[in-house]
Amino acid sequence: MKHLLDTASLSRADAIGILDIAEEMTLVSEREVKKLPVLRGRTVVNLFFEDSTRTRLSFEAAAKRLSADVLNFSAKGSSVSKGESLQDTIQTISAMGADAIVVRHGGAGTAHRLAHTGWIDVPVINAGDGTHEHPTQALLDAFTLRRALAGVPASGPVAGGPRGRGLDGAKVAIVGDILHSRVARSNVHLLARLGADVHLIAPPTLLPWGVEHWPVTVHFDFDEALRSEDFAAVMMLRVQHERMHESFFPNEREYARLWGLSAARFEKLPAHTFIMHPGPMNRGFEISAAAADSPRALVLDQVENGVSVRMAVLYRLLTGQEETND
Amino acid sequence: MTDYLIRGADVLGRGVADIAVCEGRIVDPELVAGSDPEIVDAAGLVALPGLVDMHTHLREPGKEDAETVLSGSRSAAAGGYTCVHAMANTAPVADTAGVVEQVHRLGRAAGFTEVVPVGAVTTGLEGKQLAELGAMARSEARVRMFSDDGICVSDPLLMRRALEYVKTFDGIIAQHAQEPRLTEGAQMNEGTVSAELGLPGWPAVAEESIIARDVLLAEHVGSRLHICHASTAGSVDLIRWAKSRGVAVTAEVTPHHLMLTDELVRSFDPVFKVNPPLRTDADVQALREALADGTIDVVGTDHAPHTAEHKCSEWTAAAMGMVGMETALSIVVEAMREHDFDFGDVARVMSATPARITGASGHGSLAIGASANIVLVDPDAPHRIEPSAHATKGRNNPFDGLEVRARITDTFFYGHRVLAAGALTTPHPAGATWTDQ
Repeated sequence: MKHLLDTASLSRADAIGILDIAEEMTLVSEREVKKLPVLRGRTVVNLFFEDSTRTRLSFEAAAKRLSADVLNFSAKGSSVSKGESLQDTIQTISAMGADAIVVRHGGAGTAHRLAHTGWIDVPVINAGDGTHEHPTQALLDAFTLRRALAGVPASGPVAGGPRGRGLDGAKVAIVGDILHSRVARSNVHLLARLGADVHLIAPPTLLPWGVEHWPVTVHFDFDEALRSEDFAAVMMLRVQHERMHESFFPNEREYARLWGLSAARFEKLPAHTFIMHPGPMNRGFEISAAAADSPRALVLDQVENGVSVRMAVLYRLLTGQEETND
Repeated sequence: MTDYLIRGADVLGRGVADIAVCEGRIVDPELVAGSDPEIVDAAGLVALPGLVDMHTHLREPGKEDAETVLSGSRSAAAGGYTCVHAMANTAPVADTAGVVEQVHRLGRAAGFTEVVPVGAVTTGLEGKQLAELGAMARSEARVRMFSDDGICVSDPLLMRRALEYVKTFDGIIAQHAQEPRLTEGAQMNEGTVSAELGLPGWPAVAEESIIARDVLLAEHVGSRLHICHASTAGSVDLIRWAKSRGVAVTAEVTPHHLMLTDELVRSFDPVFKVNPPLRTDADVQALREALADGTIDVVGTDHAPHTAEHKCSEWTAAAMGMVGMETALSIVVEAMREHDFDFGDVARVMSATPARITGASGHGSLAIGASANIVLVDPDAPHRIEPSAHATKGRNNPFDGLEVRARITDTFFYGHRVLAAGALTTPHPAGATWTDQ
């Protein structure tokens, strides 16, 4: 594994391998010095062409806990806004001595392109490319789910954490704007590969063309899906503000009424159904406070696990450790 | 001018004969017997009338770093084209007599192929008001085909008016069929691949809905309509239906839409980014069948050179377009291999029919007395496509490394051998006065 560009091409063994390393990484927080020296002297560059404070901070924390140096590059206010090409930007940063590039970009395929053009020769980690993929988000979601379904704390150090397993048989619903969601795409591939039974719930306007060929079950009606299926987890997606006035649905009120996880819907869920959200949440729109703040909500566990999972990815790619389960 | 005796060529792939060229015309071989013509040994080669491209972008004026009329003309000659139609989306736009005459003059000065400017339908390609179509038709460039190619004439009333107006001089409107609202931000074909890659889709219906509208308009006003780069199976069905009703519609397909599919976008390599986008295998098969059965009339290259800066970038920032004049014939031969499609058919779709549609009277025929626009093809010369060796400035050829069989060896342009044994030679010696217009 040289790069982490997507989950579509990530094998089950590699995915479980990363989740298992992440289990080890959670134990670092128990140490007196909450750092591992494994990437000392290495430089990780966060190359963010799109604003994303949360993801950038998570990667930064992960790299620092592995003792790597971190350079943050934000396209805003840089030469990119003055028309510098992707090639020049990446080669300039590479010349400063990057050992890995974490890239967030508004266009699908940009991470893939950086990994395959020959402009640079270091591991590339996709931190979100357009509406294509966001593989570390899916890995942290899978990690959180695996913990929660094993009946152990969903985040934090757990000595006997659930290692070596997938998500076989878990029924997971992803609800909302699937069409524009890189989180949904990465999760569909990864969760299905880990054995989960993935359901998508959305208005037809927010589902991609040809979704019937995906390894998922599709529901248009949220209530009917909740009546007929017993979900282990319901993952709510953020609806971007710019979608709200493009006729994907009539208005916010109707969307919230039909596809939001309202307090009423939340109360009807079985007691064992976990609530997930990749953040940031639109409270009162796609998710109610009752759901977001309930003990079954894993939202903050997802954030915490994000650091461990990103540590695992950096460790895996930068130390060239090849552990295979197959 | 040198006289030539082309010996032993398989004419249109339908029988060996000699072709004699004297003073820029095809003549009876007996006539040159006494004049010591230069002998061209064409044993094993196929002779076709010089190719006619209804759809190319020569980029001059305005984008000379991507292509010039000269570099594009040399590329045309290397690809066997003796006549090319240069699209109007230059800077300034070819929407006045002045600009089309400039392109026309540059083509004559280059002297490697006949450059026929295409006029814009609307001023500045803005889709708001008709350009001076009559002035362009009456200019020295004698424009007959008009197109806003790259942009659809989406306003139905404006399209109707344009179709009607060009009847004045038997003109034709070539439509780039793309419903703009259905393709906002589009990056590739809308289908299972775009769904997975998360790239905004360009649905087939955006092309087909415009074609449906325009064939009905053309029928209603009794005008000639040409559909540029048809790319979907549904477009083929609509064109077939329109022809069955007697609508004066003709249609074009590009070599790349006959050969490549949207699966290639998985590489995120912008060399595969083009408009209309690469479609599915089912579309490719339908387009091949339509070309074989005559539903689609012509192959047009949509040769669209771009500089490296506009192609060596991330997918979403890259320009749309592929070059193709130098590989068109080889690709068409490969694409149509499974069909009942011989070199006579190649000559029909790449020379005779486009010449007829555009009124390019000096092209499309190998008959005695015709202008000597001739191409010789080696049908059995397996080689790999090497874009870096091409005459075009554009390196954005999607067929890089593909092995093909047919190779163009010679191009005779109004009697002058502009391509000899695979190498470009000199411009036509008559300067700007070679044609019989």
